[in-house]
Amino acid sequence: MSGRYEIRFSGSGGQGLILAGVIFAEAATIFDRKTAVQSQSYGPEARGGASKSEVIISDSAIDFPKATEIDLMLALTPEACLKYYKDIKPNGTLLVDEDFVKETPKGTFKVVRLPIIRTASEEIGKAFVANIVALGAITAMTGQVSLEAVEKAVLSRVPKGTEELNKKALMAGFDLAKARMS
Amino acid sequence: MGKIKLLQGNEACAEGAVYAGCTFFAGYPITPSTEVAEFMAKRLPQIGGAFMQMEDEIAAMAAVIGGSLAGSKALTATSGPGFSLKQENIGFAALTEVPCVILNVMRGGPSTGVPTGPGQSDIMQCKWGTHGDHPVICLTPAYVQEIFSETVRAFNLAEKYRTPVIIAFDEIVGHMRERIEIPDPGVLPIVNRTKPTCSPSEYLPYDDTKGDVPPMANFFEGYRYHVTGLNHGPDGFPVNASPRIHTDELRLIRKVEGNKADIVKFEETLMDDAEVAIFAYGVSGRSAKTAVEAARKEGIKVGLFRPLTMWPFPEEQVAAIASRVKAIVVPELSLGQIILEVERCAKGRCKVEGIFRVDGDPINPAQILAKVKEVK
Repeated sequence: MSGRYEIRFSGSGGQGLILAGVIFAEAATIFDRKTAVQSQSYGPEARGGASKSEVIISDSAIDFPKATEIDLMLALTPEACLKYYKDIKPNGTLLVDEDFVKETPKGTFKVVRLPIIRTASEEIGKAFVANIVALGAITAMTGQVSLEAVEKAVLSRVPKGTEELNKKALMAGFDLAKARMS
Repeated sequence: MGKIKLLQGNEACAEGAVYAGCTFFAGYPITPSTEVAEFMAKRLPQIGGAFMQMEDEIAAMAAVIGGSLAGSKALTATSGPGFSLKQENIGFAALTEVPCVILNVMRGGPSTGVPTGPGQSDIMQCKWGTHGDHPVICLTPAYVQEIFSETVRAFNLAEKYRTPVIIAFDEIVGHMRERIEIPDPGVLPIVNRTKPTCSPSEYLPYDDTKGDVPPMANFFEGYRYHVTGLNHGPDGFPVNASPRIHTDELRLIRKVEGNKADIVKFEETLMDDAEVAIFAYGVSGRSAKTAVEAARKEGIKVGLFRPLTMWPFPEEQVAAIASRVKAIVVPELSLGQIILEVERCAKGRCKVEGIFRVDGDPINPAQILAKVKEVK
């Protein structure tokens, strides 16, 4: 399974993480013309509960559509973090919201803490764009998909009238991660 | 070049239906199939078709039969609990020879079970869910592009053989998104039911002297006939006598079993030199393909047989495989259903070993690889 890159977006139902996965997969397949599969898993409730969305990007055909050796996992809630971190591969990355996920499990992976939700609510002014801030950060951290492709995919998926807001959120997340990486 | 999109399996099924000429959908929303209804509710009115949300799945199946009798290609989509409710009317469609397509996006069961988790435990129900001897065609695609083309094929087979066709895939395949190219109109062949050429007064809807698939008149085009779930004569009115019941039941079965060469479809991966074969479909088939790749890297001679038509069952193919491999491994998201068919066809000529899982997670490639190593 070389050339296979696995990303898991996790948090609470209603945080828009399935949408974040869809946008990332759309950026990869439609705009960057790579092979990608997006899948999801959620509970019966529409809001709350742990929810996850996965994107696999590869340079060859993807058969098994679920993540088993995760390169990067995002967790926006402690519940999702604990429920889903076990599949992160050695030297993989766990990206958490630094205000909401205070304690992270021990493992052979790197932990990166970013103020994702705070950036959305304070810098952008809308907490609900946290998923797009996260998407920006993940774009920078994974290098799997171009920022241009992700921006195009974001703009094709978000409601009319929120384009500028979402573009700002994407850039804020991208810059946040770039600053931390440098 | 067709349109490139990123679509869910469920959406690809709906797109495929529209491509095949479906203009009528009746259903009752149920996870994990609801996206099909959602898509059709939006799309069908735009193309002059109709979407009806019925009071329950029983009524939805009845409406689909009515829609098809009136000349529309018709689809319904559901999951386990709804599929159970539809059974009586699926049998009605089989006996009255009404073409239609039923999608079952399988979740965990029995009863309401696990609405958001994948399952493959309705696969025997697809064959035996309704009572009585009846013809069944059931297709099991596993990739988004394949769901599109197999949905077109489902409609074509329904129209060609005047029979209900079931499409069955699991929640993961239904909800997963992949790149798809939607072909331009005309690229994939479309089959429409054969209509009568005689005058309405001479028309016999179940005239077996016209071949195993008698021409079908649409209502509101001048033809009227009797449609009943009782065994019937050439004119459609009940017949409760030998030999008509016997010959007509045989004809119904023969429409499907006698045309297996046309209906049975499968994909083989690295089967030529395989010493171990995996028989798997849906998400388990995808997992098996990844496992085959990993096993081959370790020099293990394993191949995959992935049925795209589950019913009629690919009996001859499985029997032939059983005579040349050491073992067949059958991973499925049930406690052992389709393995029974594999065993029936293998007739003890090789080992048949299952991997069963019903906890809401798929069988992963590592599990399959471990089993292959165990039996090789």
